Amino acid sequence: MNTILGQSLVLAGLAACACGAPIAFVAGARRSDRGLQWSRRLAFVFGGAMLLANLVMEIALVTHDFSVSYVAQVGSRATPLVITLVSLWSSLEGSILFWGLVLGLFTAAVAWWQREGARDYLAYTLGTLFSIGLFFTFLIAGPANPFAPTPPPVPLDGPGPNPLLQNHVLMIVHPPMLYLGYVGMSVPFAMAVAALLRGQLGPTWLRPMRQWLLLPTGFLTVGIMLGGWWSYEVLGWGGYWAWDPVENASFLPWLTAIAAVHSAVVQQRRGTLKAWTTILILLTFLLTILGTFLTRSGVVNSVHSFTQSPIGPLFLIFLGICLLAVVALLALRIDTLSQSGGDAGLHAREGAFLMNNLLLVLLMFTVLVGTLFPILAEAVRGVKVSVGEPYFNRMAVPVFLGLLLLMGIGPALPWGRSRPEAVRRVLLAPLPAALAGVLLTWLLGGRGYLLLTGGLAGYALWVTAARGLEPARTGRPGVVRSASRIFGGYLVHLGVIVTFVAIAVSATTQSSHEATLAPGQSMAAGRYEITFDRAAVEQQPHRLLRKAEVTVLRRGDAVGTLEPALSQYPTQREPLGTPAVRTTLSHDLYLTLMNIGPDGTVGLRAIVTPGVVWIWIGVLVMVAGTTLCLLSPEVGRRSG
Amino acid sequence: MIVAISAAVALAALGYVAFGGIGANLVYYWSPTELMEAGRKAQGADIRLGGLVEAGSVQRAADGLTLRFRVTDGTTTVPVYARAVPPAMFREGIGVVVEGTMGADGEFQTERLMVKHDNQYRPPGDTEDLDMKELLETMKIADG
Repeated sequence: MNTILGQSLVLAGLAACACGAPIAFVAGARRSDRGLQWSRRLAFVFGGAMLLANLVMEIALVTHDFSVSYVAQVGSRATPLVITLVSLWSSLEGSILFWGLVLGLFTAAVAWWQREGARDYLAYTLGTLFSIGLFFTFLIAGPANPFAPTPPPVPLDGPGPNPLLQNHVLMIVHPPMLYLGYVGMSVPFAMAVAALLRGQLGPTWLRPMRQWLLLPTGFLTVGIMLGGWWSYEVLGWGGYWAWDPVENASFLPWLTAIAAVHSAVVQQRRGTLKAWTTILILLTFLLTILGTFLTRSGVVNSVHSFTQSPIGPLFLIFLGICLLAVVALLALRIDTLSQSGGDAGLHAREGAFLMNNLLLVLLMFTVLVGTLFPILAEAVRGVKVSVGEPYFNRMAVPVFLGLLLLMGIGPALPWGRSRPEAVRRVLLAPLPAALAGVLLTWLLGGRGYLLLTGGLAGYALWVTAARGLEPARTGRPGVVRSASRIFGGYLVHLGVIVTFVAIAVSATTQSSHEATLAPGQSMAAGRYEITFDRAAVEQQPHRLLRKAEVTVLRRGDAVGTLEPALSQYPTQREPLGTPAVRTTLSHDLYLTLMNIGPDGTVGLRAIVTPGVVWIWIGVLVMVAGTTLCLLSPEVGRRSG
Repeated sequence: MIVAISAAVALAALGYVAFGGIGANLVYYWSPTELMEAGRKAQGADIRLGGLVEAGSVQRAADGLTLRFRVTDGTTTVPVYARAVPPAMFREGIGVVVEGTMGADGEFQTERLMVKHDNQYRPPGDTEDLDMKELLETMKIADG
């Protein structure tokens, strides 16, 4: 029953996309009102069919309908309800189905909110989204069909989802956020394609596009942060970012999206950088498809390799088609792109924006090379290598310091032509804050690069506060943007500064301690004294938890007990470490249980990392700022 | 013309910056035989060595913090000195991956010791067969 219902709904979505794409493109070319109305209806059909198909899958999962192949693959009667609900995206077929849902909802949302804009523009946008939807519904209907019937005999129980994904609550929110960001990049892409097809990249295109670009960029930021947090809380190695190929796959489009968000500001204010903004948006989408290929095809191995499957080559073909289409479209509209509108001169503020873009693209290129190099080396020379973290850090550290510098001087500089002495004055004003930053870092024990980070952060904080509060203080909002939008933008900068500093501190000052302890024995970790009291065993429905009960003292005062554990899942040979973390505003104490010996001893690792919690706090501030920008009244959502 | 030249220069600079550091930062995935074939090249290089823990080779230090054992692929055997608390599954006869470098004394030095990843449950005590493909996956997964 569920298999037939699910498959029919997916086919309905496929049909909506297959009909919608030609209708929408023709409607765009002929500026036909009737064609556009039909495209919009089909967008709602696509979104609705995907919503219902996902609902059917959830019902099948919750009712343990093992006749559905995907349920037989990831379902288990012992799995708690919440985990069962989120197993929708715990394996390949389900995550592609979920991808279809997000794409369907975005398509319907565009059809709804952009309805009052230019007709041909909306029609082309929907046509592009239908074309992307066609590929994904084809995947769901055929090569990665989650609704395929289980070959008889239908099992009575299943293995349950991948243990790594059952291990933490963050798995409930990290994938949806990432998908909303990743898939959402299809919308600005479709809008850029539409604008190129129309041959117009003016303000009527730019204003709604900026909102639709900002939204998935925000989701992607949160998704990446939650991935890092999950890695930190679950994997037990004490870090949050390892330049893993799959992490990089999410990071690449984020870099170009951030660059596009900034160059769009210049385009809106000065009318320049049109071609550049467009190319960045097109590139962002291509990078999401490349990233999906890397993670789905099995060409790279990582913690995410549970999603490997033979559909990888299809993504490579899709990437090739998209790339060809984009290049052809750019060649066709080279005249539109080279039209210089507005003030073409490069002045102080614009120069800072351009530098920001170059740094982001440079880092994107470096990460791309480092990610693809092992694949190429294995294909060409047959050697098995991976690129170590120092390669990435060598480029990322200077780029991040450069961005921190630009966050200070960029917003301080005036737009357009200005006198040198005026520039000198605004640049010198925040220097006391930079000095204070250096001094504070030094007093807290930071040396070397941290002193530079502290100084740049102090400077940037001063400028951010001054600029962000300016409209509220003087009552004069900017020419184009409202006070709340300006405040939101600088709130995002504040979050970025906090996150950068936290990353710099935690990456350079971490300390790790290991010991094998018998009951009653203690180890020292920084100012902590950690005593192993006893080992305990807890049987949970879906796993066996072997814990070490540990008393923690800080400078002689008891601060509580921690229970690092090893979880044994019936389907996996090795137990999974479940670290125990004591988080404070200044530092984290991170305990992992490495082994439990037959003689009753335990191997413990204690990692003390200053500042980690501020990474997550900084991202929350970014989210608040982005939300404020999205809700800002100045930029009408319906003007398109 | 000028645009083309400056674009070429920019690309070359970009390529240099991106590729320049890659050679020095590669991590090699080697079996004991490949490690020995590399000879002096292995000293100081960042290596992930994969193989089986040879039966009867494990010597643990009294403090539980260091241990010595030998890693074999059936043809070649490499002595390993590990300054690491071994993971829960570590025992003789199991597939392991150690990350570190070759010392001048011919002993592999490591501070990272990982047990082979296996998706299939096997009862403890079951003898391992050396599956290089699975081992390789463990080596790569270790990044995460």
